[in-house]
Amino acid sequence: MNKPKTGGRVKIWRRTILVLVALYLLLPIVAMINFSTKTFSGGRGLGSWRAIFQQPDLIAAIMTSLELAAIVIGLIFFLVVPTVVWVHLKLPRLRRPLELICLLPLAIPGIVLVVGIASIYRWISIHISESPLTLAAVYSMLILPYTYRSLSASLHSVDVHTLAEASRTLGASTYKMLFGVILPTIRAGVMSGAVISIALVLGEYTISSLLNFQTMQVEISLVGQTDGGIAVAISLASLLFVFLLLVAIPTSMHRENKELESETA
Amino acid sequence: MKLKKLSGSVTALVLAVGMTGSAFVATTAQGAVKASAATSAADFGGMKGLVAACQKEGALNIIADPHDWANYGEIITGFKKAYKVKINEANPNGSSQDEINAANQLKGTSRAPDVFDLGQAVLYANMDMLSPYKVANWASIPASFKAPNGLYTKDYGGIMAVGYDSSLGTVTKLDDLLGAAFAGKVALNGDPTKANAGLNGVRMVALANGGTAGDLTAGVDWFKKLAAAGNFINVDPSPATIASGQTPVVFDWDYNQAAIVAKFAAGGKKWNVFAPAGALVGAYYNQAIDLYAPHPACARLWMEYVFSPAGQNAWLKGGSRPVLLDWMVKNGTVNKTALAALPALKGAPVIATPAQDKQASDYLAANWAAAVGTR
Amino acid sequence: MAQEMTMSNTDSASRGVSIRLWRKHSAYVGVIPFLILVSIFLLWPTYSVVSGAFQDSTGKFSLSVLKSVIKNPAHLTAFRHSLQVSAITSVIGSVIGALFAWAIATGKKDGILRRISLSASGVLAQFGGVMLTFAFLATFGFNGLVTSFFLKFAPHSFFGHPTWLYSITGLCIVYSFFQIPLMFIVFLPTVDNLKPQWREASDGLGGSTLEYWRRIGIPVMTPSFLGSFLLLFANAFSAYATAASLISQGSIITPLGISTALSSETGSNNPALAKALSLGMVLVVVFVMTLYTLLRRKVSKWEQ
Repeated sequence: MNKPKTGGRVKIWRRTILVLVALYLLLPIVAMINFSTKTFSGGRGLGSWRAIFQQPDLIAAIMTSLELAAIVIGLIFFLVVPTVVWVHLKLPRLRRPLELICLLPLAIPGIVLVVGIASIYRWISIHISESPLTLAAVYSMLILPYTYRSLSASLHSVDVHTLAEASRTLGASTYKMLFGVILPTIRAGVMSGAVISIALVLGEYTISSLLNFQTMQVEISLVGQTDGGIAVAISLASLLFVFLLLVAIPTSMHRENKELESETA
Repeated sequence: MKLKKLSGSVTALVLAVGMTGSAFVATTAQGAVKASAATSAADFGGMKGLVAACQKEGALNIIADPHDWANYGEIITGFKKAYKVKINEANPNGSSQDEINAANQLKGTSRAPDVFDLGQAVLYANMDMLSPYKVANWASIPASFKAPNGLYTKDYGGIMAVGYDSSLGTVTKLDDLLGAAFAGKVALNGDPTKANAGLNGVRMVALANGGTAGDLTAGVDWFKKLAAAGNFINVDPSPATIASGQTPVVFDWDYNQAAIVAKFAAGGKKWNVFAPAGALVGAYYNQAIDLYAPHPACARLWMEYVFSPAGQNAWLKGGSRPVLLDWMVKNGTVNKTALAALPALKGAPVIATPAQDKQASDYLAANWAAAVGTR
Repeated sequence: MAQEMTMSNTDSASRGVSIRLWRKHSAYVGVIPFLILVSIFLLWPTYSVVSGAFQDSTGKFSLSVLKSVIKNPAHLTAFRHSLQVSAITSVIGSVIGALFAWAIATGKKDGILRRISLSASGVLAQFGGVMLTFAFLATFGFNGLVTSFFLKFAPHSFFGHPTWLYSITGLCIVYSFFQIPLMFIVFLPTVDNLKPQWREASDGLGGSTLEYWRRIGIPVMTPSFLGSFLLLFANAFSAYATAASLISQGSIITPLGISTALSSETGSNNPALAKALSLGMVLVVVFVMTLYTLLRRKVSKWEQ
């Protein structure tokens, strides 16, 4: 019969592709480990790795990026999520425009956004603050598409209208309804959006480099000009860190994303 | 009613903060205006006053001064030790144009560069960004090395040369680099439209091929041939790329080549330096103060330091020719070992005039990118 | 007395109207903070770029900058290169990524392999940039693992001489590195949706594997495949970080040209050049993303 034959062939194809892809994914990791443990005279050592901690600018830049990620998460929790839920509940006419706004960053490349935003940040640097933490404002724009998509999936699967009605009739204030009732039920969507946002903030280079801010990626690039080993070491560490972050998203997220792909436009 | 009261008190609070804020700015601005208008140490009441003013400012922003470029590292550490002031170093591998760009983009913030070290072409195109200042040793600097009004001073100079990893063979003339052994290995230190070293690299090749200091056509054509042969790579050589073998052939100043020779020797390898016959191109860099320097007193103190024997000898140790060299030899403050190690000049170097630099820059701006394009 | 009463009646009536208006539209207040943030940091910059492309250095309406961009061969070449790199890497990425998606989709739905693949692909696809450049240099660069291997055994081969790294060829290879995982992530749901009943029905009616794919599998997946291809195209076209950290001299693709225009001296005095180049990029990306959205809508209709 056909079935056993095709079963066997499929398995071989599958195995070949998986092996090739595994090679493709693992090769750079192995290469980075190899590169970062080399010394100038040709030996092996952890010198590059230890040197990471001797780069005060690099450490400061990593701290800056982590702080930025924290602020962006705050903006997601206290501004983006409540707004999306609010529109979903109370302002259905604004749902389409909101979706368009949230997907706009996908159509505007980062390099183009920087061109438009350079003059604003020059003004902010002089009149408000020089701190690189002001980047959080533009970063929150970059994460909008991903956050909106995750939220949208969650909001479709949970009946927020009924929840809102119920909490209203039980006397909850707007604040309590939003943060005490609705937010916990769409928690998975919010968390997934948050994790992707952390990774995006940590990996952002275009805007921070062209606005002359010293974030992690800018500093890695700078270190790479003097010492390739250190740059490769810290790149490997960051890639692995983000990888572990993404693995930690619960599997329900993957299922929700699947539904999202098939039902949202 | 409650809202009215609340908004009233908020307005009052904002006004109060605003007024104290502007008062604060006014006082510091006043202090800053004094320092940024100072044209010599006398305006501070002497060196002691200058040092005190700088220590009050607490920091200095420098840009595009790599530690191994003519031994800048020793000057930076020396300044920090002598005056206990923090130095913020930005973009060590930047070009002269990058320095000006940073000054423009960060104008008005506390991260703008305080001092520049510029090539001649970029310097002359941006004279309106400089603040005049005459160091204590002003009179000892040869007249041709400084602007009469103190806008800039030449600081150190060197000869353009080609350095290469000895394992690639021996280079006796420029056209050897067109050979197959150098495929994908030749780099120019900086884009010639932005960096002084890059521009003078092309000039050296132009002179070797019959061009002049102002007319770089022969140089650009040669690089076009090099790119067509697949030997030219459009990568900025940096300590990392040289160490990894990415850029084993580099067109750069002889003092930078000296640093690479030392590094290679320490690692058991050999770096050779070659300068084409009859094409001795020399150039000086120029120190100047940013007009909008956020730390004007420290900027001036830095100028004093680099034009003192301490700074000048550091540059001498780095293999370059500091402008106060003759003065130091005369009064005995020169570092004798460093002087002895300085290679003798094989003739009179060609030093471009500002007009020739402008001619060269314009030609490069119009033709360089197309000539070495990409495959 | 009656006069007083009418006056107070009109007063309370007008107050009533304003209260009703407020109640009707008070919900809009909730979106004001978000709107302010979005207007300043997203909407205004977009408008500024698009309108600024049509201005000259004094701010008046003029097509001069756009004309100079179109006439300049360097900018046109960079634009062509951008399109080339995007097209080539999208083809490579979509084909290989689709195969990878098929391989994973036929496996366990909740398996660890699937989860690892999705996370690893997420990292490479969207958060690479500078780190990906260093990963690449460590692998294919001058002291890279693959290069050293080839130098030992096949010194004159393509991989033994990584001079192509800084050219368009190099960009194509490096970009494919993040296009393949992106395709995997975006296309996996489509392959997941291939219902096994279709395969069973096809087998039951006597069709071979080739026929199944030719008549059912591929036609069903084509709209989504094309949509994903377009997404890959827009992604490669907009990419900047990887190219910027790999290529330090010259502007061989448009994003690099924009950054040069933005940070050059003339750029800060006349931002119109950067904006004109940006306008070109925006037009391409918006066009591609619109096609993508339309295709996705078609897909979702089918998959219901």
